[in-house]
Amino acid sequence: MTLLRIENLTASYGDSQALFGVDLQIAQGEVTALMGRNGMGKTTTVKAICRMIRSEGALTLDGHDLHALPSHKVARKGVGLVPEGRRCFADLTVRENLIAAARPGDWTLRRVTELFPRLGERKGQRAASLSGGEQQMLAIGRALMTNPRLLILDEATEGLAPIVRQEIWAALQLLRQETSVAILLIDKSLKELAAVSDKAVVLERGRTVWAGEMAALTSEISEKYIGV
Amino acid sequence: MKLNERFLNALVIAGLLALPLWAVLADQPFTITLVTRAVILALAAVGLNIILGIGGLVSFGHAVFFGIGGYAMGILAYHAQTYTALDLGLFTTDGTKSMPVIWLVAMILSALVAFFIGLLSLRTSGVYFIMITLAFGQMFFYFAISWAQYGGEDGLSIYVRNGFPGLNTLVPIQFYAVCFTLLCVVLYLFARLQASPFGLALNATRQTATRVETVGLNPMRLKLLAFVISGAITGLAGALFADLNRFVSPSMFSWQLSGELIVLIIIGGVGRLMGPVIGACVFVALEHFLGELTDFWHIYLGVALLCIVLFARGGLIGLLTGKEGAHV
Repeated sequence: MTLLRIENLTASYGDSQALFGVDLQIAQGEVTALMGRNGMGKTTTVKAICRMIRSEGALTLDGHDLHALPSHKVARKGVGLVPEGRRCFADLTVRENLIAAARPGDWTLRRVTELFPRLGERKGQRAASLSGGEQQMLAIGRALMTNPRLLILDEATEGLAPIVRQEIWAALQLLRQETSVAILLIDKSLKELAAVSDKAVVLERGRTVWAGEMAALTSEISEKYIGV
Repeated sequence: MKLNERFLNALVIAGLLALPLWAVLADQPFTITLVTRAVILALAAVGLNIILGIGGLVSFGHAVFFGIGGYAMGILAYHAQTYTALDLGLFTTDGTKSMPVIWLVAMILSALVAFFIGLLSLRTSGVYFIMITLAFGQMFFYFAISWAQYGGEDGLSIYVRNGFPGLNTLVPIQFYAVCFTLLCVVLYLFARLQASPFGLALNATRQTATRVETVGLNPMRLKLLAFVISGAITGLAGALFADLNRFVSPSMFSWQLSGELIVLIIIGGVGRLMGPVIGACVFVALEHFLGELTDFWHIYLGVALLCIVLFARGGLIGLLTGKEGAHV
């Protein structure tokens, strides 16, 4: 069953148009990689889904038009965002960051700290004093505490040490196997994306140019549109 | 040597208990009045600390709620003492001399006004928010000045302090007990609110409103609720302040008073549980002791404030505990 449906989505930053026709569908429990070179509209698509910028076209979550909703109501409908650059609430402790975002559901403080034991060890520590990797785990944990149906991760492993990246990819693999949450992933690492994603959508200059099963993503397509 | 913040907080509460008791034994009723004044100002500042300390919004018009509380007390008590009817359009009342009823009216009216001011002002931030709240403060100030029915510029005197069941509030220590108990209750509520999901979300809103929205929280609603709670508490303090002086005047709405409330919080520590209490105690002490030495005591207060802002970013609590922020 389709959870998120995007058809012919366009969006602009003032006079500058960034999206010219993005098409994307994500089913419940499915992991989709949103791919493309820098500046092709991946983060703008995420911002449009989360209603952080104005957009036009079809944008529905479980049949509900997201265009009619403000940003916070989109999140309440079940869209959890792990933004680019982590952006935790720096003055709050790990525990407080998680509690502030909590909504009723399966994801609790205990379950998040089971997924990321490092967070459990640093519950009383201020977010600002965490390492980059721990802040990223906190950002994912905070999004999970909203008990989303669709989790969006925008460059979740960017700039992290290889060992921390491995931990995050392992956690995402666990989420894929043990939960029914749909995931939309943006990342530069094609190898890891391929390992966890069911499907892929490729953007080029603000348009969807390829969509299909991850296994069907050929090296020609990735070389042409992703540059890898 | 750095103090533990909880120990410091307990020390302040112990001091606020011990000093009036000493004053009773030493027959120093004026000292009790001074401490009562500090406690009431602290209560008003605890209200402001919700929106300023947790929410990060500098309200330069909080005297509006202090004044509304004061005038709620003044008007209700005035009609009760003059045996005249207070015409409220839909019904008339004889006024009241009962403190609990006056507190309730003061808090409800302050909360209602805070709701409408918040609805308009919280759409802005930074200097615009400061200016809008200041503008509302001035509107109420000039309205009170021109409200001839209730004394206009001269204010309104109440001959006998309002009553509290089972107490003689004219006895300074008994009135102090009422104010101190209310302060303790509000401090407890502040601590609970600060640690609650609501308080944490409000704190997060101060840090980054956009990110708060992406976790499903409405920053405007959070700030508005905080503003209403904040206004109600400051209104309660206004009613007590009017009862302490048995007098209300437009100065309760003045921007200087709004500024003083902010100063109290900065002196003690922004967002700290006991910040407003320590700030109010220091302020009243400086006002009294320096005021005896010179009419220009505000200059010394200014110097002290400058030193605190420059060298003790977490206020006196930050200086004594070695922790700049309110957290851990």
